[in-house]
Amino acid sequence: MSGPPRPIGSAESAFDRRRRIYGLVFAWLCGFATLVGVAALAVLLVDVLIDGLPRLDVAFLTSFASRLPERAGVKAALAGSIWIMALTALIAFPVSVAAAIYLEEYAPRSWLTKTIQTNIANLAGIPSIVYGILGLALFVRALGLDRSILSGALTLALLIMPVIIMAAQEAVRAVPPTIREAAYGLGATRWQVVRGQVLPMALPGILTGTILALSRAVGETAPLIMVGAVGFIAFTPQGVMDQFTVLPLQIYSWISRPQDEFRELAAAGIIVLLALLLTMNAIAIVLRNRAQRHS
Amino acid sequence: MASHEGAPSVQAVLSGKRGRRIREAAIRGALFACAAASTLVTVGVVLVLLGETVAFFREVSIGEFLTSTRWEPMFQEQHFGVLPLLVGSVLVAGGAGVIALPLGLMTAIFLSEYSGPRLRKVLKPVLEVLAGIPTVVYGYFALTFVTPLLRTVFPQTDVFNAASASIVVGIMIIPTVSSLSEDALRAVPNALREGAYGLGATKLEVATRVVVPGALSGIIASFILAISRAVGETMAVTIAAGNLPNLTLNPLESIQTMTAFIVQASLGDTPQGTLAFRTLFAVAMTLFLITLAMNILSQWILARFREEYQ
Repeated sequence: MSGPPRPIGSAESAFDRRRRIYGLVFAWLCGFATLVGVAALAVLLVDVLIDGLPRLDVAFLTSFASRLPERAGVKAALAGSIWIMALTALIAFPVSVAAAIYLEEYAPRSWLTKTIQTNIANLAGIPSIVYGILGLALFVRALGLDRSILSGALTLALLIMPVIIMAAQEAVRAVPPTIREAAYGLGATRWQVVRGQVLPMALPGILTGTILALSRAVGETAPLIMVGAVGFIAFTPQGVMDQFTVLPLQIYSWISRPQDEFRELAAAGIIVLLALLLTMNAIAIVLRNRAQRHS
Repeated sequence: MASHEGAPSVQAVLSGKRGRRIREAAIRGALFACAAASTLVTVGVVLVLLGETVAFFREVSIGEFLTSTRWEPMFQEQHFGVLPLLVGSVLVAGGAGVIALPLGLMTAIFLSEYSGPRLRKVLKPVLEVLAGIPTVVYGYFALTFVTPLLRTVFPQTDVFNAASASIVVGIMIIPTVSSLSEDALRAVPNALREGAYGLGATKLEVATRVVVPGALSGIIASFILAISRAVGETMAVTIAAGNLPNLTLNPLESIQTMTAFIVQASLGDTPQGTLAFRTLFAVAMTLFLITLAMNILSQWILARFREEYQ
């Protein structure tokens, strides 16, 4: 494959020259490909900011949706998103962490454990809209929870549980075995080891994974359309059985209208949604850094 | 630890040796229940989809569902051919793949082989942000930026079109390809690279003939996973590609994907027990089976063809 041998210091052969140029071209192409993703993100953000910033003010945050675009706001949607986020976390977090602890600290190496593990990986790959259908059939219809915040939160909890479980497993796995052995050596039971040693050390990692999964839930639209969240709500929810809307759904309902004024509303809504997600991610990053400093 | 009375108190029992064992077993049982509950979710999905899908196929033959070229479930004269929706999904996912697979792989090669650690530390989180942006935002971007751009280049483009959806879904799945592929590339040991350099290979030759082949199972798995995500993508596609079941391979036309149909059908009022309600489940079942098959394939490739490096 390689060119004819040539004495050191002699002129570059045509063959080697070609190899060198191909190499340079390829390096630039790869760098360019990386830039495409970065540039796309920049263009997207700028596009949204240009459209939405002029429409964004305090009144936008404190007004309900309206047929008149100049009066419309995201109050109900923002409140709905926060309700959904809190309730989803409340449902998904304990179950996911318990599942992760079982799989890492208790589970025997059996076909059953393997099945559960494979199943969790597969669950993470199911499209979110299929979870929406499950929520519609199970929570809205079969359990009679109707189009409530509870139905939405249960559906989203199912959606993000596999993600939290896998993140929590990784965090638990990262706790050094010597810590466990030391605790066992002092006569601790398995649960005492888990509660006293493993969980506290894994907690920042688990929380980071949970927040990232929750920020996915906050951005979800399709499953909530399925469980019957609606675009127009003129009140803030007072309890878990209330009807609700969320930011992405409000944005979608504005995008679906042809008038330009509603497009601006959608862009302003997107800015609010992205700000919410940015806050959550910032918290996750702070937690991650703290965890890294301690380990 | 025993109490002063003859009969030990509950607390004493629980803190005693036997009580300790009981408590440990109870905790173990509760934790197991939480892990096992995840399998119930899968069972739930399958049962829910299966129940209504079977009811659907009592009224509509599987032959019509799979071979008819018209999807008109809401019309007076109903047609239930899933092909237009299926082709719509394939068109969007295929277009997204054309964009995301080469860009994602080259991004992965750049991050793993070319960029220094400092540049990498900046680029990786930026790409992660790309994956974290809600899909409804991509829909907005497609409709207000990509589509107008397409229409200036190709004036015959419909307002809602598959190409615009393909482009944004492609951008959306670049991080799936790049981060999983990068993990695979970085798992190839440096000794292999150094061996190739020692034989006089250039950086390009090392990257494309040693590292990429060494990481091929991981790269292919990331490709399949990304395409499966594109097939299941809902909001960006619903917003940008339209709601017209249209058996076409022209990306500039308005189409409808399986996911967009599910959204459209559930936005309208579809009472339970009607055929219209059941079409929703039949389409969802098709979607579920396709994405499940792709996910299993990707895991199988990872497990079967993984190069074991020490």
